[in-house]
Amino acid sequence: MKYAYYPGCSAHSTARDMHESSVAVAGALGIDLVEPEGWTCCGATAAHQTDRVLAASLPAANLLKARDMGLDMVANCAACYNRMKTANHEVSTDPAMRKLVGDAVGRDYDGTVKVRHIVEVLLEDFGLDNIKNALKRSLKSLQVACYYGCLLVRPHEVTNFDDPENPTSLDKLVTAMGGVSLDWPHKVECCGGGLSLTRTDIVVKLTDSIVGMAKAAGAQCIAVSCPMCQINLDLRQQDIEKQTGTRHDMPILYITQLLGLCLGISPGKLGLSKLMVSPAKVIEKIEVHANG
Amino acid sequence: MTITIKKSGKETESLIRRVEEISGVDLDVCYQCKKCTSGCPVANLTESPPSEIMRRLHLGAGDELLGSDIIWACVSCETCSARCPMGIDIAAVMDALRILSVEKKAEKQEGNMPLLNRAFLSTVRLFGRTYDIAMIAAYKIGTLKLMNDTEKFPTMLKKRKIALLPPTGADRKVTRRIFKKAKQNKAGKE
Repeated sequence: MKYAYYPGCSAHSTARDMHESSVAVAGALGIDLVEPEGWTCCGATAAHQTDRVLAASLPAANLLKARDMGLDMVANCAACYNRMKTANHEVSTDPAMRKLVGDAVGRDYDGTVKVRHIVEVLLEDFGLDNIKNALKRSLKSLQVACYYGCLLVRPHEVTNFDDPENPTSLDKLVTAMGGVSLDWPHKVECCGGGLSLTRTDIVVKLTDSIVGMAKAAGAQCIAVSCPMCQINLDLRQQDIEKQTGTRHDMPILYITQLLGLCLGISPGKLGLSKLMVSPAKVIEKIEVHANG
Repeated sequence: MTITIKKSGKETESLIRRVEEISGVDLDVCYQCKKCTSGCPVANLTESPPSEIMRRLHLGAGDELLGSDIIWACVSCETCSARCPMGIDIAAVMDALRILSVEKKAEKQEGNMPLLNRAFLSTVRLFGRTYDIAMIAAYKIGTLKLMNDTEKFPTMLKKRKIALLPPTGADRKVTRRIFKKAKQNKAGKE
């Protein structure tokens, strides 16, 4: 199994842990991830709030690199995934946009390179049974609230990821690892995404509601798969405490970090020390799997 | 709820067709069911929820609409678009209103998101990838919010959650070309 792998800019800053754990998990499972040489930024929120052609051209440049490699493109950042899927949608449904994008990038792009999220690769290509067979440890009934946020599931006609209102991909992984995936209402609520710096007040309110709800549902940690969700839910717990006095103390882990631990990969290789709220209690709970 | 809009004068020409042109959305099919507002995470934190923006556009609102706080408080979560029974991409309407608000130099909103967007895109234009420290510095200087989040900075630096050095290895030729074309397209329209 070989894929072009798009780490995204946050892989070298706020989401180094997401990148490290994705690479470690793929390595342990024998999934070959190859970074396209010279990959560039997808433009994120800033581009789509500024200019539609710019917002489609920046991801198209990377998708052309994947096409040259003859591989599907895999992303772990939900925002990059969303922008690449949106670019594919724009280019393949609007001939005028295709022309403008081709003109900007310098080559025609038809929007046909397949964009996959790493969770889709794990579930659809690698398969849950194969993952179960590779596990060395268990989540040992750890209660996990799986949080999907916005960009994986919306807009559904563009991302086509799982069910847009009640996704279960992360839950399936958690259950396979021996954890208890909780039924809770905030799976696809928004954490405030790109407003973290501009409207911290809004982000604090939204993250307080999400983390608070997970806690009320009995969660011992939240599993995420988006670097913006991770940093907002993790980092903003300090602000929530300052403003409301409530200390949630809720570890926010990437699904690849949980999976990595269950595959027996050392915490150091999974970027676990980079989390703001300590995941020590989660790591302690993960015991040797019966088959291990 | 009463909605008052200014009468369209020459300087406040109705925005609806420009919004449709930029977003590629047909706004006429909205029948005000307010599902967008019901699911909007910031509807209760702003003065005008999304359904009201849609109604104002129908009623011929002009440039004054671009001062609405939701345009920059909207989190682009796309819940509105996902749940609209008529399939209207309301999030794309918000993007169009942001583009028009920058183009028409509308009154700045809390947080000054256009400044952050400019800072973000400048680092992408220069390095091919984002350079967080430069972006945050430019934004903080521009907004004079120098002390916000500074207490978190040492820990993030220690955890290498913020890179000190600019990114390397990106194909800067292609990003420069894309930005150059975007500038030319914009100049061609004006």
